[in-house]
Amino acid sequence: MHMRHLLLATAAVAGLAGAAQAENVLKWGANRDIGSLDPYSYGDSFTINVLNHVYEGLVRYNKDLKIEPALAESWEILDDQVTWRFKLRQGVTFHNGNPFTADDVVASLTRVSDEASPLKGNLPAYVSSEVVDDYTVDITLNGTYPLLLNDLTNIHIFDKEWMTEHDALKPTDIGAGVEGYATYNANGTGPFIVESRQPDAKTVFVKNADWWDTPQHNLDGFELLPVNSAATRVAALLSGEISFTNDAPVQDLPRLEAAPNVSVLEGVDLRTVMIGFPFRDKLTTGADNPFSDVKVREALYKAIDLDLIHKKVMRGKSRIAGATVAPPIPGYAPELDELPGFDPEAAKALLAEAGVPEDLAFEFSCISDGLVNEEQFCQAIASMWSRVGLAPKLDVAPRAVQSPKRTNGKTDVYVLGWATLPMLDAYSPLLQIFHTKEGNAGVFNWGGWSFPELDKLIDAAGSELDLDKRLALETEALGIVKKEHIMLPLHQQPMAWAVTDAVTDMPLFPDNKPRLWFAKVNPGS
Amino acid sequence: MIAFLLKRAANAAFVMLAVALLAFVIFRFFGDPVEMMVNEQATQSDRAELRERLGLNDGLVTQYTRFVTNAVQGDFGISYRNQQDVMVLIKERFPATFELVLVATVLSLVVGIPLGVITAVHRNSRLANALQLGSIVGVSLPSFVVGILLILGFSVSLGWLPGFGRGETVDIGWWSTGLLTPSGRAALILPAISLSTFQVTLVMRLVRAEMLETLRADYIKFARARGVPTARVQWRHALRNCLMPVITLTGMQIGNLIAFALVTETVFQWPGMGMLFIQAVTFVDIPVMAAYLMIVSFIFVALNTLVDITYAWVDPRLRDDTARAGGANG
Repeated sequence: MHMRHLLLATAAVAGLAGAAQAENVLKWGANRDIGSLDPYSYGDSFTINVLNHVYEGLVRYNKDLKIEPALAESWEILDDQVTWRFKLRQGVTFHNGNPFTADDVVASLTRVSDEASPLKGNLPAYVSSEVVDDYTVDITLNGTYPLLLNDLTNIHIFDKEWMTEHDALKPTDIGAGVEGYATYNANGTGPFIVESRQPDAKTVFVKNADWWDTPQHNLDGFELLPVNSAATRVAALLSGEISFTNDAPVQDLPRLEAAPNVSVLEGVDLRTVMIGFPFRDKLTTGADNPFSDVKVREALYKAIDLDLIHKKVMRGKSRIAGATVAPPIPGYAPELDELPGFDPEAAKALLAEAGVPEDLAFEFSCISDGLVNEEQFCQAIASMWSRVGLAPKLDVAPRAVQSPKRTNGKTDVYVLGWATLPMLDAYSPLLQIFHTKEGNAGVFNWGGWSFPELDKLIDAAGSELDLDKRLALETEALGIVKKEHIMLPLHQQPMAWAVTDAVTDMPLFPDNKPRLWFAKVNPGS
Repeated sequence: MIAFLLKRAANAAFVMLAVALLAFVIFRFFGDPVEMMVNEQATQSDRAELRERLGLNDGLVTQYTRFVTNAVQGDFGISYRNQQDVMVLIKERFPATFELVLVATVLSLVVGIPLGVITAVHRNSRLANALQLGSIVGVSLPSFVVGILLILGFSVSLGWLPGFGRGETVDIGWWSTGLLTPSGRAALILPAISLSTFQVTLVMRLVRAEMLETLRADYIKFARARGVPTARVQWRHALRNCLMPVITLTGMQIGNLIAFALVTETVFQWPGMGMLFIQAVTFVDIPVMAAYLMIVSFIFVALNTLVDITYAWVDPRLRDDTARAGGANG
């Protein structure tokens, strides 16, 4: 404890001294703080995103979200089809000066797949890894699996010596009451170094002058300044106390656009918003469940005026979706995006045909702190369904309350947003949502459906190493999802970042993750 | 006296146990921390395993007993989200909240007492009426609105003061203070004003009421008759006799301020205990929520018990009352 405060104090003094010089420092006002400095301690994609500036993976996403080499230079699949051999980049050092070698990779993979690691699900196919020589690593999987590289983009590499020295080889374990050195300290290979951290106030990152890659940014560093309250964040941007935010509140966008010193960066998120149905025998009300009939699901889809939601609730900023994945996601095909067409009369006819009783009551579960304007579009949809003779009961509550109800089947119809992160591939929703619930598959199959024909396609895609063949299988599977209306896609939600005129270049990524190693600021800001 | 002290201590302990029990009953409705901890790709069995390891499958009584047993030894466990010892987390945040509350309290006295005297002495004057009206606004405006208005005015429009954060801090031992740096002091101004708004009006109204009472007392009339200057009579003789209830109230309100600081802390991103608690609620971080509730209620109970004991010590009648009441029952 004592040591840490000394370090912090020194860092604070160093920070004061540094502030006197004109430096290119970007001030990132985020909507919350990172949980800790350990990316493996809590399954939080924002923490992993921020710490990606410090830690790197064997591979990474480039500016177009395509996978490219990072700490690994090349890779091949060995003849047994389940072992992947990675050739590592030479001459890379960690922030503490230690060289990066194969040992570090094995120790990191072991750490993230430890029993106590909340992130072990991020490496679903991993079995073991082995050092071949200093710069070669073999990773063995539990079968042929095409998406290892996608998974590895989010597995940060730690320094083995540093972990050994500080007793941090294992992840922290709350159950056993174990704290970890890596919770308070960071030592990666990435473009930025953590200089100091005050939780909920400020984390200071400085440029890593010895980074192995040629920097495309011109930053001397950046500060992560969490500002939880949206109104305060907007005010801080207007007053120039922060120069960038990755969460500009939708309702304040006109105000920000009108300000002379602020620009808003708007885009469409990869996250597809969909409605899911129960396939159990009974509804939560005890009545017979009609939703396992595809006609009923189709009727509910036709009863929703997607255009109206797009225009009124999402203020024209969303992208209406017919497919369950966004266009940039591999596996997407334009024919999947065909829209159902708003037709309440046809919906009523379908409901009558399926024998759905008049004023059928069911629970409609939405999350108050979830998707963009979720509460509002849920209300709109509930009233659209009422108009075709149903009686949805809207149940809105925070995520922490709704999640357990959903996983335990204590809800009927629900809304789910899926961005295919961290995989960025259609295999992600196919495996996690649409597959029958068994083993690793169908964790988010909350409705409890099972389509054996679909499962077969997904399983085939999950072990097909040829990219084109795999994507064809995925597209075919998504076609079944669409035909059966397993879930009803509504839209891809809007995302908005904002920068002040201190920032000259800030590429907007559709996965809503800032990557400041591509950012540029005005000199001296 | 010893019997009285023991009784008060037993009362305090009972209140703490009740708070802990209530907290545990409420946590069941906060949701499931495991769903917040794991990532999208965790399997159902991973989730079940984690739930088991955290002891969330145990019954309410088992969880409660375990919590109280550990809490008595000062061990509140490890935060789910921050992966840190909860006591350390709270110890880190306490100075921020305490400095904010301290400055807000000083502000409420420095501003509230003179205003109270002025409105009492010049009652029915235009100034006094305006102040009275202002105090109603002060009481009725929610503190987050005051906070946002202050930020808009002084941070966005005028650019004089920072709108969020705590500025640079200096560590003295484990205590981090913002009072010793210019940016730390500047950052403190708006949140302190926002937090003290309600308190200022409270002090002002209390002082006014007490002053009106006191100014009618005989000794004030005598002092006037003896030719003591009016200002001296009002600000010294009268005011002094009004301060006892003000001090009591301020002491008891410190607990309130610490608890309600969480609104101010959220608006100003003040890295104190309230901020920690709000985030713990979002992430169902049960150890942090439990520890926060226990510590805040401990501060409340301790302050109240102290005030009671002081009163009993100052005024023996209170002790006698208890003794007599006990006797009558027996």
